Formats: sequence, structure tokens, C-alpha cells
Amino acid sequence: MDILNALVVFLNFVFVPGLAYGAQLALGALGVTLIYGILRFSNFAHGDTMAFGTMVTILVTWWFQSMGITFGVLPTALLALPIGIAVTAAFVLGTDRAIYKFYRRRKAAPVILVMVSLGVMFVMNGVVRLIIGVEDQNFADGGRFLISAGDFKAMTGLAEGLAVKGSQAVTVVTALAVMGFLFWFLQKTRTGKSMRAFSDNEDLALLSGINPDRVVQVTWILAAALATIAGVLYGLDKSFKPFTYFQLLLPIFAAAIVGGLGNPLGAIAGGFVIAFSEVMVTYAWKKVITYVVPESMAPDSLVQLMSTDYKFAVSFAILILVLLFMPTGLFKGKSV
Amino acid sequence: MNRNLALFAGVALLFVLTGFLQSWNLTLSILNMALLSSIMALGVNMQWGYAGLFNTGIMGFTALGGLAVVLVSARPVAEGWAAGGAGIVTGLLMGAASIALAIFAYNRLPKGRVQTLGTLAILVLGFVLYRMVFDPAVEAVEAFNPATAGNLGGLGLPALVAWPMGGVLAAAAAWAIGKTALGLRSDYLAIATLGIAEIIIAVMKNEDWLARGVKNIIDLPRPWPVPYEVDLQQSAGFLSWAADWGLDPTTASSITVKLLYAVLFTLVLFGVIWLSERALNSPWGRMMRAIRDNEVAASAMGKDVTKRHLHIFIIGSAVVGIAGAMMTTMDGQLTPGTYNPLRFTFLIWVMVIVGGSGNNWGSVLGGLLIGWLWLIVESLGPAVMGGLVAGMSDGPIKTHLVDSAQHMRLLTLGVILLLVLRFSPRGLIPEK
Repeated sequence: MDILNALVVFLNFVFVPGLAYGAQLALGALGVTLIYGILRFSNFAHGDTMAFGTMVTILVTWWFQSMGITFGVLPTALLALPIGIAVTAAFVLGTDRAIYKFYRRRKAAPVILVMVSLGVMFVMNGVVRLIIGVEDQNFADGGRFLISAGDFKAMTGLAEGLAVKGSQAVTVVTALAVMGFLFWFLQKTRTGKSMRAFSDNEDLALLSGINPDRVVQVTWILAAALATIAGVLYGLDKSFKPFTYFQLLLPIFAAAIVGGLGNPLGAIAGGFVIAFSEVMVTYAWKKVITYVVPESMAPDSLVQLMSTDYKFAVSFAILILVLLFMPTGLFKGKSV
Repeated sequence: MNRNLALFAGVALLFVLTGFLQSWNLTLSILNMALLSSIMALGVNMQWGYAGLFNTGIMGFTALGGLAVVLVSARPVAEGWAAGGAGIVTGLLMGAASIALAIFAYNRLPKGRVQTLGTLAILVLGFVLYRMVFDPAVEAVEAFNPATAGNLGGLGLPALVAWPMGGVLAAAAAWAIGKTALGLRSDYLAIATLGIAEIIIAVMKNEDWLARGVKNIIDLPRPWPVPYEVDLQQSAGFLSWAADWGLDPTTASSITVKLLYAVLFTLVLFGVIWLSERALNSPWGRMMRAIRDNEVAASAMGKDVTKRHLHIFIIGSAVVGIAGAMMTTMDGQLTPGTYNPLRFTFLIWVMVIVGGSGNNWGSVLGGLLIGWLWLIVESLGPAVMGGLVAGMSDGPIKTHLVDSAQHMRLLTLGVILLLVLRFSPRGLIPEK
């Protein structure tokens, strides 16, 4: 029985939050990795693209809510999501045409493109702050819990409850659907295949008649969609604050590099590796251990490896370890 | 050359105009911050302009410089030291020793399972021991008078000693990060430095025993020639001097203090420029540029590219650390909550790019110009925005626009950065 309680505590405080966070990071890292694979630079503006997409979605959500449109038990933001994606994709395509295209033509060094993406990041950050401000925005509605702790206790008779928030369930389901679609798209469709060919060998792809402009456009649209979805899911699960989204850059990059930059499967694995390590290292294990060990051995301290304020240090440490021991990542990315 | 002089004269004119139209007090505060930013820009220019290294952790090195000021020149808290000073120092040493031992073991043990398990065992054991010694000591230190102290305090040395120490601390961090991330792809350094900067700020916010965390350290001493305003206002000589010039004593004292800071900062600025110009025109400088322009050719000539990159990364970060220490001294307080990457990392980058990467004078010009722009918009922005929307009827949208005027700075800087990168990638004063 105690083992069961320990398991429930673990699921409730580590596994479920880690799974949701991991899915959000994985979606973010997929966007970074796609851009890296096709356009060959680290896009520092990705965090702010997430913020931009989320902002548009929030505004549309508020508009829907004011008109009385809701999505039942599901959050209204899901209804607003397609509009958010469309606007973000248009914005991102605009930045590509106005800014990145010039450097691509000139075959500029990757580090110049990184710096250009920094400029784009500034602009996007400014736009977001100008429109919605820097404050926390909470836009989650619909069903609060899929299973609440009380129901779970009543159902199973255990001392500990397992709560699954509606936003967590939505996150995992949406993320799985999006990943499934993305892999189907990359593996089966003509455009997806040409993207992979372009990523593997640009010259050969051009030689076989692939239209580079189209590949680049589709990449940006996919990246914008992934960023918006990741941002909205993160915002539903926690809350929306522009600066937090900028800070998400670090775990997202860590996830993409851990998995191997340019490798979509790696990005997903990396997202979960980073998320679970972050949650597990900053979780206070006292309760779990107290259930498992005999009473006399119960720990006095919190058994927390690091305080939650250092969660960035976890993704950073993993990043450094991967850079030191396997610079191409777990799944053989393309960079050295 | 004449064009460069004209550019500097133009920037000087901006400052003078601010003085006449706004106030000299404001001008001098902006000038001081701009001078500090110029020194940081020089440090970044060494890394980017001389060596092509992309460092996005400038904020972290600035903050480390600030931390050095607290550690060196704040008053020591004797009770804190008595309560747990020894424990904290022992704990930190044990942590460092276990990392060193793990690296040693990793290098010496035979490859395979023995190596992995042995290294891991040393790390785990080291971590447990470190926490066992460190945690109670921290608790003891933080328990002492948390409202005003709760930390170990500094060494109580003069502020001028703290400035080079800021450089040393930043250099140590740069060494650790450069050792791991240099020699890999250029983007990796950017991501690694972005991370280390966030971690440095997180440590400074949360480790109360170190510098009181977000409770801030105030009353840091001033450097040698700079007096306190209060003392000036009570000295008869100063009062009669101010009266001779027809100045109000409060304004006069604050202007005097700021002028003295400006002189100190300018001296350091010229020192850094002189040294780096000398270095650039030496064989070492030519080697650095050769490496930047063609790494393959340079390494074929027998130059150790990674090692040279590490050197320049450390030196540039040290310059940023010194400027960070000077800034904290000028503020008289360390407030970890105010460090944010947009202001302390990316703004400096805009300065370097706009001024002209690879040219020290360009960095200084960029620092002064963008520094002026950034701070003047802070004081003028809401007024300008108010003027722009004056025609609109009152309502939530108008209030929102006026309130968000400060965010226009980000947008403007982003646009400036993009325009310069696109149309004038060599900057205002290009590399010779």
C-alpha cells in the first residue's frame, strides 16, 4: 500500500508535470531544430515567436469569450489557435522575406544569421510588450481538472491523490497529435521529403529540381505553427508572461542540442530528457521516500537536490555534459 | 579620420544639448552609464571584433563584477563569519575538490565502465559531503540578523581594489565556460553563455549568505577621490565655491560627484583602449585577426586556434567584469533583480555593431551614442508618446499606449540593429 502511495505521489508531482512540460519543450525544440536543419542557424527569436503566437491566440480567445463562444470543457484557446498560427506564420514569413532572405542569398556565415535573429527577437519582444504588456496573463478556461485529487482518493481509497489538470491532458494529447502529423508530413508527403533532402544535402537537392524558396517557406510556417502551439500550451498550463518565454530559450535549445540539432526525433527525446531532469532534480523527495522506507529511516530534510530557482542550471548542466561528451547529441545531429 | 572626429563631435553635441535642454545632472548620469557601457562594448569588441566569438552572457560577467565589489569592499559581518564562515568555505572547497578529483579520475582511469562508474561515484559522494557541510553553515550565517545582514559581508577593502577583482572573477567564469564551449560550433558558445548568465543571476538572487540575494546590499563605499554629497554640502569651502558660481549647493554637490566618476571612468576607458590598440598592432593582434579571417589557414600556420580563442574570451570578459564592478560602485548598491539580458547583454551588442565591430573607437562611439539614446528615451519617451496620441480621445487605448512607451525602446533598438546589419554591416567607424 505504501509503495502504491509513493507511486501516486511520484506520478502526481513528478511524472505528470514533467510529461506536460516535456511535451511543451519538445514542440519548442522541434521548431528550433527544423530551422536549424533547413536554414542552418540557431534561431534566437524562437522564444519570442512563441510569445507572439501566444499573444495573438490570447487576444482572439478574449474576443471569442466576449462573444460568448466557448469550447465546452476544453479551453477556448484551442479554438483560437488556428488564427494565432495563421497570424504568426504570416508575420514570420514577412520577417523572412524582409530580413533573412537577403542573408541567405549572400550565403552569410551562420553567426551573422544568429545575430540577425537577435534583432528580430528584439523587434518581436517589443511588439509583444507594446500590444499586451509585460504582466502575467491567465487565459485558461474550460474544465479545470481531468481527475481531481479528491475524486482519485475516493475512487481508489489511497491516502494520496493524483490530480491531472485539464491543461496537462490537453498538452499531451495536442503534442502527440502535432508530432504525429509532423512525422507523417516529413516522411510521406512530397514537400516533407524535399525538406529532408534539402536538410541532408542542399546542393544535391537543388540539382534534383527542388524549389528552395518553397522549402524555406514551408519550414517557416511549420516553425511558426510549432512555436505557437508550444507557447499556447505552456501558457495554458502555467501562465503567459513575455519574459518567461524569452527565458524558455535556454531549455529549448538545450533540448534541441541534447537530441542532436537538426534531428526532429532527437528534439522530442531531448525535450523530455530536459523536462524530467529539471522536475526530478528540483523536486523535494521527502514524501516519496517516507512512504517507501521503514518509519525509522524517514528523512528529516526535504531531500531536494537543488532549489527550484536553479531549474535553469539543470538544463544548462545537461547541455554542457552533452557538449563535452557527445557534441552531436543523442540522435546524431548534424553539427560539430 | 575627419569623419570619425565629426561623429564623436556629433555625439558630444547630443550630450551638450541634453545638458542645456534638460539638466546637467541628467546629462552626467547618462554620460557615466554610457562610459561604462563603452567599456563593456570594448570587452565585447575584443571577443567579436578581434576573434569572432559570439558571447551572449555579458549580463552574467557584469553581475560578477558587481558581486566582486560586495565581496571585496563591503563591511565584513563578523558574526556571520563566526557562525558559519568556516563551514561555507570548507563546503565550497570540498565541492571544487570533488569536481577536480572527478576530472582527474576521468582522465586517469582506464576507459570503459570503471571510468564512468568511478567518476560518477566521486561526484555523488562529493555532492553529498558538500551538502552536509555547506547547508548547516549557510543556515547559521543566514540566521544572524536577517533584516540587515544574514550574509558574510566583504573584506572591507577600498573600492578601487574591487574593480580589478571584478575582472578576475569574470575571467574565472569565462575560463570555465570557454574551456567547455570553445572549439565547438560558433552557436554553442552563444547558447552556453546565455545559460551561464542566467545561472549567475539565479545564484546571486538566491544565495543570501553571499550578497543577501534580492534583499540587496546597500552602502557600498565610494572609490578614492569621490566624496559623499552630504559631506560636500557641509564643507564651508565647497559652499562658498558653489556660491561663487551661483549654483545651488545640492545640485553642485551631485554634479561634482558625477564629474569625478566621469573622470575616473574615462581614465579606465582610455587605459583599456590604449592597451588593446597596442595589442591589436602587435604580432599577437595580427595573429588574432588572421585566425578570425581564416581559421583553417591560421591553424595550418601552427596557431592553436582554440587556445587563442580561450585567451581572448577571458580577456574580453574580464574587461566587462571590471566595468560591471565600476557600475556597482557608482550605484552604491548591488541589486541582482535589476540585471536583465536585454539591457546588459543585447544592448551592448547593438553598441558594438552600430559603432563598428573590430574598431575600438567605433565601440566607444557606439557605446556613447546608444547609451545616450537608451537613457534619453527613458526620460523623453512617455512625453513624446503623450504628444503623439494627444489627438486621440481619452480611453484605455490611449493610456495603454502612453504606458507602453518604454517598450518602444526594444522595438527601436531591434530595428536599428537590423538596419545596421543590413545596410552598413561595418558600422559607423569601420575596421581599418
